[in-house]
Amino acid sequence: MDFTFSEDQLLFQESVRDFLINEVTAERIRASWETDSGREDALWNQLAELGLTGMTVPEVYGGLGMTVLDFVLLAQECGYVGLPEPLVHTVMVAVPLLNDIGGELGEQWLPKVASGEAKVIVGLEQNLLVEDAHVADLLLIQQGHKLYAATPDQVSLRYNESVDPSRKLFTVELLTGATVVASGEQAATLIASTFNRGALGCAAQVLGLAQRMIDLSVQYTSERRQFGKPIGSFQAVKHHMANVAVRLEYAKAPTHRAAYAVAMGQEVAAHAVSHAKLVACEAANLAAKNSVQVHGAMGYTWEVDLHIFMKKAWALANTWGDAGFHKRRIGERIFSTDAVLGAGATFV
Amino acid sequence: MDLAFTEQQQAFREEVRSWLAGNVPPEPLQSFDTEEGFIQHRAWEATLNKGRWGMVTWPQVLGGRGCDLIEWLIFEEEYYKIRAPLRVNQNGIFLLGPTLMEYGTEEQKARILPKMANGEEVWAQAWSEPNAGSDMAAIRTTATLEGDKYIINGQKTWSTRAVWADWCFGMFRTDPESERHRGLTFILVPLNSPGITVRPIPQLDGLPGFAEIFFDNVEVGVENRLGDEGAGWSVAMATAGFERGLMLRSPARFQETARRLVELYSANRMSADCDPAVKDAVLGAYLDAESYCLATYQTACRLNKGGKIGAESSTNKIFWSELDQNMHATAMSILGARAELLPHAPDAHGVGAWLDGWLFSQSGPIYAGTNEVQRNIIAERMLGMPR
Ligand SMILES: Cc1cc2nc3c(=O)[nH]c(=O)nc-3n(C[C@H](O)[C@H](O)[C@H](O)COP(=O)(O)OP(=O)(O)OC[C@H]3O[C@@H](n4cnc5c(N)ncnc54)[C@H](O)[C@@H]3O)c2cc1C
Repeated sequence: MDFTFSEDQLLFQESVRDFLINEVTAERIRASWETDSGREDALWNQLAELGLTGMTVPEVYGGLGMTVLDFVLLAQECGYVGLPEPLVHTVMVAVPLLNDIGGELGEQWLPKVASGEAKVIVGLEQNLLVEDAHVADLLLIQQGHKLYAATPDQVSLRYNESVDPSRKLFTVELLTGATVVASGEQAATLIASTFNRGALGCAAQVLGLAQRMIDLSVQYTSERRQFGKPIGSFQAVKHHMANVAVRLEYAKAPTHRAAYAVAMGQEVAAHAVSHAKLVACEAANLAAKNSVQVHGAMGYTWEVDLHIFMKKAWALANTWGDAGFHKRRIGERIFSTDAVLGAGATFV
Repeated sequence: MDLAFTEQQQAFREEVRSWLAGNVPPEPLQSFDTEEGFIQHRAWEATLNKGRWGMVTWPQVLGGRGCDLIEWLIFEEEYYKIRAPLRVNQNGIFLLGPTLMEYGTEEQKARILPKMANGEEVWAQAWSEPNAGSDMAAIRTTATLEGDKYIINGQKTWSTRAVWADWCFGMFRTDPESERHRGLTFILVPLNSPGITVRPIPQLDGLPGFAEIFFDNVEVGVENRLGDEGAGWSVAMATAGFERGLMLRSPARFQETARRLVELYSANRMSADCDPAVKDAVLGAYLDAESYCLATYQTACRLNKGGKIGAESSTNKIFWSELDQNMHATAMSILGARAELLPHAPDAHGVGAWLDGWLFSQSGPIYAGTNEVQRNIIAERMLGMPR
């Protein structure tokens, strides 16, 4: 039993965190809102140079050959800065799916993803819309019991604006030329595991978002003064933030466990992912609510950075399975007559 | 990361399980807040100690097994699963014991720990006073050094198990000029000393689970001082909160309550589902109990590898105490009209121990530092908010 990350994993997290905090500033995110695509090739190339886009790409294709467990701490850091680029999607959703499909498709695209040359985006029916379809060089789209591969000229996109200006959402209509890459049983298995990785990516990101909202609130309430004191010295304000800290603290281990279960292909993975997604999003939603409150009217403005992170947290809570979906999955397991629960059952 | 138990850990689990299966009394003991129940629980401590299962984390020479935190968690899982008796000497073995190991003299350890381990001497904790609750630094009970004796005068209160316990440990003001955290000394006091009056206080269930202790010129030899004179506060605070918290409230306890809650819900589904909030609460309770377990394992593994415990450990107390309250509140709503009935009431079939647990869960957010005080600590020390 060793529920710790390795030195290497922690060091990688640290260096990626430093990079992201320096590069992906709130100003840069706001600037990206003013561009057509909302995405920056320069930033994507930097991420590729760090090896990040190829983290889960096998070494033979120029990647680092790592697992989603190696990436989960980095996904938290992506959340912390509100990274608009589809890095979590690439590493946790698209690349593992391409790996699983394999064959010529994998051979053709995986090296390009690792080098940063191409982006691959996945659209599952469980999600209403497809994130970042406009910057995809290859789309892997579910339609019923089939998975299709399509290049940009083989799809038609309809843009949907989100409350989070960083999120670019599309309906994707397949035109002629898209090819079936998996069907039947095989597609169902791929879709299920892809979905779980997407939900895991959300959980990890909202942990980072929640931490960012706490940090912004602590900073703001330490500076802002009323009644002759920093408002952060008032107990009501402190307790708002302490409540978030408690929920967040206990959402981390479930998320790390889910990453482990997914990476190891454990039977419990779907259940563990639902657990993680529920508690992480609950913590982030509480962080959003209490952070707005302690910011006063400032929290209700476009100008203050809080909303960059808050809106992303709101959005992620209802994508890759909303609370209802994940609670149903948990319920099916724990309320079944043969459920093994209680002390000593967590790791079996 | 490797989330599988080693063969050694599995073998340890088997050993715990089979010993407990052969030794746990088949019928639940009476409450240790009754005289007879107290005696039964004392005897159980002796049985545990004979099997060297009394305090598995203690060193071998003290009758323990030198177990690490993971083995401790495994032990607790098996212990709660088989519903073994609660630990009547918890204030001794979990709180004072580790402190003694760190600060006690060899003489003190040799004199005190073996009798603590076998239940011969049961310990009560005496911090609180009528005017020193959350504000523990307001302690006023004095201990005056005269020759090789302290003379103690004053009053302690809310002292758990003090009604039938043999000793208490507490903090006393040894420097009458001192204020707040300074001038306090950690002293161990035999409860049968002349000048001590213990007045039982009935708790919500009517049983005297705690007591007031009055000190009227009580003489205690200096050999019963733990640590230096005036160092009481740091002795009391030093043994890290987390490991104590982990000892006192390991996840297994709450996971078993969560399991029983799921069972209770499933057995009463037709009526329980009339209130749609109930199912959600059951599910949330199960998840929180699992989260508590996962987070505890994660921290324990980090500590095993030499990591340090940080300020985030202060989140622990709030999490388990609120979870416990929520779980019992949910059980009460599932039981509906039967919830108020005492287990022996003729029409109380199937209420089990929920009412007792519900009553006790009310105290979780209060004892061991109220949850409001914990929130202050989290905000100031973990988040760094201004004082
Ligand atoms: C079941 C049980 C067992 C106990 N066992 C023991 C024992 O064995 N030994 C022992 O010494 N003590 C024991 N205690 C006492 C316990 O430690 C105290 O009850 C606790 O420290 C709170 O003190 P108080 O009861 O005086 O409440 P108060 O301090 O009067 O607090 C009342 C309320 O005011 C709030 N409050 C107080 N100060 C602040 C603040 N600064 N900021 C915000 N809110 C505040 C509290 O959070 C609480 O809600 C036990 C208590 C219980 C319920």
